[in-house]
Amino acid sequence: MKTPMKGLSVENLSVEISAGNRLLKPVEGVSFAIGRDECVALLGESGCGKSMTALALMRLLPDGARVASGSARLEGEELFALTEAAMGDVRGGRLAMIFQEPQTSLNPVMTVAEQIAEALAAHRDLSGNAVSAEAGRLLEAVGLERDRLAAYPFQLSGGQRQRALIAMMLAGEPEVLIADEPTTALDVTVQAQILALLRDLQRQRGMGLLLITHDLDVASDMADRVAVMYAGQIVEWADRDSLYATPRHPYTQKLFAVLPRLDRRGERLDSLPGRVPPPDAVIIGCRFAERCPAVFARCRKEAPGFHESAPGHFARCHLAEAQTIPPFLKGGPGGISTHAGVPTAANPPPPPFEKEGSDVLAVRDLAVHFPIRKGLFRHTVDHFKAVDGVSLSIQAGETLALVGESGCGKSTLARAVLRLIEPTRGEVWVAGVAVGGLSGEVLRKKRAEMQIVFQDPFSSLNPRMRVGEILEEGMAALLPLTAAERRARIAQLLDQVGLPGDAVGRYPHEFSGGQRQRIAIARALAVQPKLLILDEPTSALDVSVQAQILNLLADLQAAHGLAYLFITHNLPVVGYLAQRVAVMRAGRIVEEGPAERLLTAPQHEYTRLLLDSAPGKHPFVGQVGA
Amino acid sequence: MIKPVLLWSDALILLLLWSVAGLVWLARNNETLRGPWRQLLRNPVGASTALILAVYVAIGLLDSVHYVERLPDTPGQAARYSGEVRSGLDWALTPLRENVEKTYSAPFATHLYAKETLKGPDGGELRDFPRLKYGGAHLADARQDFWPDLLTRGGLGMLAGLIAWLVFFPLFQRGSEGDLVATASSAKNKSPLTLLWERGGLAPAFAWTLLAILLLVGLLIALAPNYHILGTDKVGQDVLYLSLKSIRTGLLIGSLTTLVMLPFALGLGIAAGYFGGRVDDVIQYLYTTLNSIPGVLLIAAAVLVVQVQIEAHAELFNTAAARSDVRLLALCGILGVTGWTGLARLLRAEALKLRELEFVQAARAFGVTHSRILLRHLLPNVMHLVLITVVLDFSGLVLAEAVLSYVGVGVDPGMISFGNMINGARLELAREPVVWWQLAAAFLFMFVLVLAANLFADQVRDALDPKSSGRK
Amino acid sequence: MLNYLIRRILYAIPILLGVNLLTFALFFMVNTPDDMARIHLGVKHVTADSISRWKIEHGYDKPLFFNEKAVGAARAADTLFVEKSLKLFALDFGAADDGRDIAREIKTRMWPSLAIALPTFLVGLLAYISFALLLVFFRGTRLDTAGVVLCVALMSISGLFYVIGGQYLMGKLWHWFPISGYQPGLDAWKFLVMPVLVSAVASIGDSTRFYRSLFFEEIAKDYVRTARAKGLSELRVLFRHVLGNAMIPILTGVVVVIPRLFMGSLIIESFFGIPGLGSYTIDAIQAQDFAIVRSMVFLGSLLYILGLVLTDISYTLVDPRVRLE
Repeated sequence: MKTPMKGLSVENLSVEISAGNRLLKPVEGVSFAIGRDECVALLGESGCGKSMTALALMRLLPDGARVASGSARLEGEELFALTEAAMGDVRGGRLAMIFQEPQTSLNPVMTVAEQIAEALAAHRDLSGNAVSAEAGRLLEAVGLERDRLAAYPFQLSGGQRQRALIAMMLAGEPEVLIADEPTTALDVTVQAQILALLRDLQRQRGMGLLLITHDLDVASDMADRVAVMYAGQIVEWADRDSLYATPRHPYTQKLFAVLPRLDRRGERLDSLPGRVPPPDAVIIGCRFAERCPAVFARCRKEAPGFHESAPGHFARCHLAEAQTIPPFLKGGPGGISTHAGVPTAANPPPPPFEKEGSDVLAVRDLAVHFPIRKGLFRHTVDHFKAVDGVSLSIQAGETLALVGESGCGKSTLARAVLRLIEPTRGEVWVAGVAVGGLSGEVLRKKRAEMQIVFQDPFSSLNPRMRVGEILEEGMAALLPLTAAERRARIAQLLDQVGLPGDAVGRYPHEFSGGQRQRIAIARALAVQPKLLILDEPTSALDVSVQAQILNLLADLQAAHGLAYLFITHNLPVVGYLAQRVAVMRAGRIVEEGPAERLLTAPQHEYTRLLLDSAPGKHPFVGQVGA
Repeated sequence: MIKPVLLWSDALILLLLWSVAGLVWLARNNETLRGPWRQLLRNPVGASTALILAVYVAIGLLDSVHYVERLPDTPGQAARYSGEVRSGLDWALTPLRENVEKTYSAPFATHLYAKETLKGPDGGELRDFPRLKYGGAHLADARQDFWPDLLTRGGLGMLAGLIAWLVFFPLFQRGSEGDLVATASSAKNKSPLTLLWERGGLAPAFAWTLLAILLLVGLLIALAPNYHILGTDKVGQDVLYLSLKSIRTGLLIGSLTTLVMLPFALGLGIAAGYFGGRVDDVIQYLYTTLNSIPGVLLIAAAVLVVQVQIEAHAELFNTAAARSDVRLLALCGILGVTGWTGLARLLRAEALKLRELEFVQAARAFGVTHSRILLRHLLPNVMHLVLITVVLDFSGLVLAEAVLSYVGVGVDPGMISFGNMINGARLELAREPVVWWQLAAAFLFMFVLVLAANLFADQVRDALDPKSSGRK
Repeated sequence: MLNYLIRRILYAIPILLGVNLLTFALFFMVNTPDDMARIHLGVKHVTADSISRWKIEHGYDKPLFFNEKAVGAARAADTLFVEKSLKLFALDFGAADDGRDIAREIKTRMWPSLAIALPTFLVGLLAYISFALLLVFFRGTRLDTAGVVLCVALMSISGLFYVIGGQYLMGKLWHWFPISGYQPGLDAWKFLVMPVLVSAVASIGDSTRFYRSLFFEEIAKDYVRTARAKGLSELRVLFRHVLGNAMIPILTGVVVVIPRLFMGSLIIESFFGIPGLGSYTIDAIQAQDFAIVRSMVFLGSLLYILGLVLTDISYTLVDPRVRLE
């Protein structure tokens, strides 16, 4: 790889963490380069070491972690050789970084002006009025009004905070800006704005942009070149166009294959079995060998080199050496069969469930209002209308996707349907019975028919209960089963969701995120519900795990005729999974219709905005003239 | 002939022991619960402080086995028992208890602190420091024989301690499971301590602490019957004896208070956080009210009242031991009833967080009852906080006893405790030469106990609190 | 703000009433005025006659809550509860058992208390926070580890040791200051330095460790990382960002005790012979003068509630997110 004189070049970077008496290597031998005027995306799933790489470049590694080897040159200057004081000048000056969580990344007790002024004072020779004038200019450059200078972070929205953070980091006129998942915590419409802003700033200021992301679509919109990371190494490094046209590494190919999309409806998603090796694992051969569909004997003995399989297109794979990629994905004669037992796209989709015609869930004019109390005696002066007159229905075997941005009331709606919170008005019928009028024992029994799976696989399971106890709890409360029958059913449930039988006696922390989500699904299924509310069940998961969970959900629906209320903000998943879609905004449903129609020909302008904002369709790169 | 006596505090100690044993039995096969404790004992600080605390607890327990002695029979009468309640520790320390001098004497002294009129060898009278009745009484010539005697006895005692340590040592090694044959070959090149670490799972620091303790015990056993190692107090009682007897009082205050405090803190704290609304309002009102009263004053007020009640019903308590025992229990009760607010507030905040967590929501979606949610989902997830607080509070309570006894609202003035020892000796600093040993002994014994407890508490917190890992 | 204050005052009433009921129950119902008389008269002189005479002398001869002999409003008003408990709301503390007016005692004795407590509070706070910041600045080094070990050792020593040891060294051995006593006016400083030093040192281990852990909690936050990413110096990060945000938890524990400084410290004042409210209280406890103890309990609660209000107000100074309303 040739090192450009301009920009930032990283050679053979390794990071070590000593945890107790173990030595972890979250980053090992990473090399890449960002020229001025270009955007490089560092793409990878959680835990692959991409954030650690960025923090190492900033020399902001957490306590216990250190750069073990390698070099990072900014315009030819070795960053790891600088004194701490000299690094202070570089940090936030020539090399700046923005972070994922706009909620917590700004100091809550300082105004935006003060926080920008600090950066200006550290890197620019400004004083007095010049400081506030420059701070104002910076704010305008990131698309905020000048009067926001006096605001505290809590007075800004998530997108505004991220803009303010960018303004702070521009104060030192950086040559390279590192953006660590800058839009992951933001809504899709805001994400589009921030990405556009970053791209514009990068162009105007001629700086390099290192964009760290897990999102293939975001990377494709933003990046000139892409580095794909896996288990602490860069496994593929190429021009965006080359990478997206012909991914060379099996891992990258898999990442593309597991993505749910509208045009994959009804197909089973490809899946990526196994787990990323832990950072303290001793690996002799290729790090991806255990999960690779194209694995062969040499992979386990010899770590692959970084081969240039096409001009400027590198892949860390023995197969890339030969400059031929066997068509294993198509299952051709030279191809290697995929992992045994894992269904592939070639498998026929499960037969659609016979519809019964009657609604499993019917909601009429449901509203949840929270009182706003003020004044001397805290009397109610107004209501916050979290859900404001929602009607919808789902039939057996059908999936209704409820799409909306954060704060639109979709999770409140779910809890009101289950009567975990009391609705202000409106009716909910589950399997033909009005839930609103029930109470006591009757309501309790009714709860067996409606269950929920939550977003966060870590907080949704009690860490102090064994998996068996977790699965048994609902049955013991709601079903008239003997202990032996319950045990038999638990074994059957574990089998259904693809978990080993010995999981019964283990605790949740022994399982990965995807496995925990399987447990949560089994827990809901244990009481034989007719309606399953899925509240963002895959948004905390990596795409490869998401595919497994979506496949499982499809299987279960086919087998049991479950009605799904699928709450999400992720439009590709909606396109893949749902028959009908309802778009929610500010407590109301603004548009509802069949998924194909709604996603291709939206009627409401908000739906259009959502669809237009989704990444992956507007490669900014393509707009550049010459 | 003796007759066992069960004081109320002894009964509560038994209850406490029994519940701890029950908890251990419940947790024995649960790796999630056992893991942190194993980690704790592997840590050098954790292992050695645990051992020191165990020694204190053992002394306290021995001091909690009470009995009365049967008086010599008078013919024709039913057996009568002494009014003086003794404990197992009293029995073990019989020479120390009985070797009472006239008044103060310095540590290792052979002569009394105060001059007396003596008969000289020539029959004339002179003012001098008289020889002690017990301390160094076996020495023919107190000046010449003192050092040789001290060194011989001390040396022998420490030698005995070392031997005891060597005897104990293989016990630890064999106590661990593992293939003895397989390890025997690989064991050759390793020091015994490394082996202990690998097999027994205890830190080597444990063995060193044990050595230090055994040497000290050997030294004390060898010297204590013949010398007042820590001197004597105003009425000539051995200060070492007093210090050892004070341990039970300190431990009781530290542990029984917790026993009283826990139900309030657990019940009210979790209920306030989980139910919210009116329940929360009432409980918050309760603890704000209690908190608003200055702590010492509230305790003082309650103790004064109890004191008056005990005096008014003196007939209920037939021995001095029973009276001071009730006063001690009352003090624990009062400290418990006034001291639950801190933990309750902590638990309320935690319950507030937990009730919004998705596994609690999932349980509610099953229609699981509130009591079951509280018991199965909330309680187990706050237990680490409870345990950390209990261990942290312990040392504070031991120190508080001394202060309260000084203020006059602590334990019964007749009861042997660190507070009373300090209280009785603090004015003697004005004397010339200074009588420092009683204060020093009380402070030293308390310091070692509290320091061990504090360090142990830190380790418990690190082992149990996921947040605290990485910082000290 | 005004709404907030009114609400807080309204909320204070039930709390103070609760405190009053509690102490009243302790001192008048669990303990009867007869018991009190018996203690004060001594066991030997107790006759029914002497008890009732003592009760009349000290105003304890009325019924608890309801006076059957009186008429009209006096039925409820002419009772011990109103006389001894509710009057406290008007800051009418009545007389002590020795006949002296408690309110006047409080007024004269609070100044010596304050003269010790306020400097102790300020010196201590400054010292603890500085030490904690020092340790945090050197975190991960030997200095920090040694500092923490020292803190744990210092907090394991009984408070009485600091007092007795300080008095012995500075007073008796080195003759720096008078061992105990107090003098109003400018000469007071001679008597104040030692108690202030001793009590500041006594909680140095505890407090330094506490503040250190507060700072550590802040230093792990995302905005500190942002501040570092801006290229700010470590000192600026510590003082501007970490300290600025840690002020919120610091104020929670600190401001609430400020009003109580008037009440002094029991131990310090009694050891150093300061004629403040602390030694007044301890003398009352030892003399079993319940009238004084009750008054001090009420005063303590009142000042505590005042401290809570001040705490809330202080938040608005350091945390822009807090609006009292």
